[in-house]
Order: sequence, then structure tokens, then C-alpha cells
Amino acid sequence: MATFSTNEFKAGLKVMLDGDPAAIIENEFVKPGKGQAFNRVKIRNLKTGRVIERTFKSGESLEGADVVDIEMQYLYNDGQFRHFMVPDTFEQYQADEKAVGDAGLWLKDQDMCTVTLWNDVPLSMTPANFVELAITETDPGVRGDTSGGGGKPAVLETGAVVRVPLFVQTGEVIKVDTRTGEYVSRVKE
Amino acid sequence: MTPDDWRPTGSLEHLRQRARMLAAIRRFFDESNVLEVETPLLCHGIGTDPQLAFFSTEFCFHPNRQMLYLQTSPEFSMKRLLAAGYGSFYQICKAFRNGESGRFHNPEFTLLEWYRVGFDLFQLMAEIDRLIQVVAKPFRTLQQTHTVHYQEIFRNYTGLDPLTFSASVYRGFAERAGLPEAVSICENDHALWLDFLFSHCVQPHLGEDHLSMVYGFPACQSSLARLNADNPAITDRVEIFIDGVELGNGFYELCNADEQEARFDKEIEFRACNGLPPVDKDRRFLRALESGLPDCSGMAIGLDRLLMVMTGAESIEQVLAFPVDRA
Repeated sequence: MATFSTNEFKAGLKVMLDGDPAAIIENEFVKPGKGQAFNRVKIRNLKTGRVIERTFKSGESLEGADVVDIEMQYLYNDGQFRHFMVPDTFEQYQADEKAVGDAGLWLKDQDMCTVTLWNDVPLSMTPANFVELAITETDPGVRGDTSGGGGKPAVLETGAVVRVPLFVQTGEVIKVDTRTGEYVSRVKE
Repeated sequence: MTPDDWRPTGSLEHLRQRARMLAAIRRFFDESNVLEVETPLLCHGIGTDPQLAFFSTEFCFHPNRQMLYLQTSPEFSMKRLLAAGYGSFYQICKAFRNGESGRFHNPEFTLLEWYRVGFDLFQLMAEIDRLIQVVAKPFRTLQQTHTVHYQEIFRNYTGLDPLTFSASVYRGFAERAGLPEAVSICENDHALWLDFLFSHCVQPHLGEDHLSMVYGFPACQSSLARLNADNPAITDRVEIFIDGVELGNGFYELCNADEQEARFDKEIEFRACNGLPPVDKDRRFLRALESGLPDCSGMAIGLDRLLMVMTGAESIEQVLAFPVDRA
């Protein structure tokens, strides 16, 4: 793998930091007029998702990380692993719950999602921004309430719980924004 | 290359504001009877400062070839004018520093540099304050200028004494402050520790909505400033900041040629030990010092950054017609 110098630290670059793959978010060149140059770098650990700040001496370098994002179709959960497939090549990958993380709450069979591979092994995944899921359980709401004020919890087919307006009923399909975990609308069948 | 990269990055409004700022600076010095001068950008000698990387080029004058450097600042030329007895003067010119590019850096930038014969550091600081107020007037209202000693401001934000180095005490602070990487970067290098901690823990707090002048830098931090007469552990050097942005640097100038040559030698040796490009001492500059530099103070201010803080620009590109990647 290539190495990258601080001058090449652009947002999105994937590098190895302390043994973990990480993505550069921001890189600021800091140089006192009469002093040593540094690069103050904001970087996300791709294993834990944590964002940290780290300073490097300008000109230092980090090894690149073999990390790629690939669109895949979610196939099924065998209880231990989730299985995914690259539609073009039919190549299949299995991911443990650690790699799936919270994304698992939004994964329905056949849906597309983005799988991040590190050295060809799933590292994390990102569901589509919007998913459509059926409600399996929610309190019967008050008829005629269309304001959306208040709301109630609803359990979805994937196990996720979101707040929905009172008029939404069990069995209905709703659209959810996975970035915020918020209800967007009902989906007409 | 993109189809749009012929376009300027700075808006017409920013270029107008730059012209206005330059006019105000020239008026200020004209009214103070300080002469505007020009000195060569292409020089036969260059500073030895290991922290400044330079551009070099070749002067081909058949059958001779001579290495020339693009100045990192006009300091040496201007001090030769001082030694020649030409009085007080200022210059607005381009300066060049290799390897510097970022939100606050362009490798080619505009510098205001001036020298005042007979001024000590405090007289210089009073003049800096007046100049900045004049320049700021059409742009923004600055609160009361804040003048503080380096040792005091460093202590305020770190609890450390910048004049007394203790690796273990400094390390302890860095770890508590969430900067453990400082330990491996700075090791036992006092000056490097000060650069690191000042730029991370002190500078961001300086000059919020006002001009902040920090003076009395530790001696290990300045190659061309005079040691303070009462306390040789510090130098008569000032740095100025607005909104956490470093804008300029000034000295009560070192006049002693032997002392200057000794500092050059030290830096040349440091360059050799650290694999940096070798440089020769600027003999003409040293001879000028030998012939005698009048007692004086000098200041340099980066005008692109000054324009940034005046206009609230987020990046230096916004105040330049064409930054280096569109030059």
C-alpha cells in the first residue's frame, strides 16, 4: 500500500492510524511564522466510528488503508452472520454484528446498502438514507388525528423502534430517514 | 486542471478591499514620514532559518550561471539600507516560502515590512497598534488592544513555565490536554515543545475581536531578535494576533554582527544535521552589520491574512486573485 504525506491528507483519504483504518475528515496546516510546521488533522476511526484530532509534524506520512465502499444487496441473516452480494459480480460477503452495527436496524432482505471493506473484509455498513419498512406493532391510534403532534413508538419489521404519528397503524409501511432514525411519511401500497 | 480554473478565487469586492487596505497603509506611513522602498525579490543570499524553506532559481548570464533565491522576507536587504544610513522606511512586497500551503498559507504572499530607527520594542508596538486601528476602521470595530508577556499568557493557558523546560512536566501537561502525540513529536526539544503548545493551546485564544500583542519570547525562539537587557532568557520580540490568527512578527533588532554570525552558524549546522538544503551565510548582510546597524526596531505583517481577518474570509484563497493552485 502507498504511503501518504501530510500534504496529501485530503478529506476522504483512508489511512492506517494506530493499527486501525481511518478516514481523514479535515486537515489544517499550522505553522508559526518562526517555528515548526504541523498538520492538525481530524480523522475518523473506521472501526469504532470515533472522530479524534491528531497533530502530525508536517512531512510525516501514514500508510494508506485498503478501504473501499461497495454497493451491495442484503441477502439474509443466518443468526451469526449477515450475508451481502455485489449485484454485478454475484460475489458474496458475510459480516458479523460488530461490522453491521446499528445499520442492522434498517436492513431488510433485498435492500441495497453500502458495505465498507477493509482488506476485502466487511468493516462497517451504511444503509440507504431512506428505507421503507412495515410496522409490526404499535398502539392503536386515535382516529382522525392528522396533526402528527405527540406521536407514539412503533416497532418495525427489522426490530427498529421509531416515533410515528398517532394515525399510523400496525401493518402499514412507512418511510424512515436512517441518518436521524426519524419517520418521514406513510408509503401508499 | 478544470474548465473553470482560469477564474479568480478572490471576489472583486475582496480585491477592492485589498486596494483600499494598501492605500490606507501607504497613507499611514507617508503621514509618519516613513519612506517606501523596494529591494530585490531575487537575492544572492537567503536566510539560514531551518523553519523556512526557499525557492531557488538560476541567473543565466552567458557564460556565467549564478544561483539566486526568491526572498523569504526583505529583512536582509532592508537592514543593508539601514546600515547605509537611509533612515526609517517600509516596503510592501511579495515574499516566498516553499512548502507552505493551506487555509492560512500561500507559498507566495504579500508582506508589509518596516523599520524604525531609534525605536525600541515598546515604541514599535505602539505604532503597530495605531496602524492596525487605522487599517481596521473601514472594516470592523476592534475592542481594546491587549498586550501580554509570553511567559504570562503561556502560563495562563498551560500552567507551564515556558522559560524552564522539564520534559516530564511538559509531557504530563500534553497528556492531560489530550495531545499525547506531542511527546513523540517534540521529544526533548524545548523550542519545538513551545511551538507545539503555543500553537495548539494558546494561540487559538488570542485576539478575539481585538488586537493581541505578545512580547518577550523565550530566547530559544528567535534568531534575529535582541536578548532582553534585563533578562537574557527572553528576547525583545513581538507577535500580533487577531481572532487567533498570527499576523506578524517584530523585533528590537539584533545589531551585533558576531552574535548574528554565531546564530547563522548554529542554524547552518542544524540544517546539515537534519538533511535540509545547505545555505551560505549572507556575507553582504553580515558586512552591513559589521559596518554598523543603527538602533532600530522592525516589523513584518502578512497582508493577505490581515485582509482575511478584516473581511472575515475563511480561507486565504478568498483574498487572493489566484492562489498557487491557479497561478
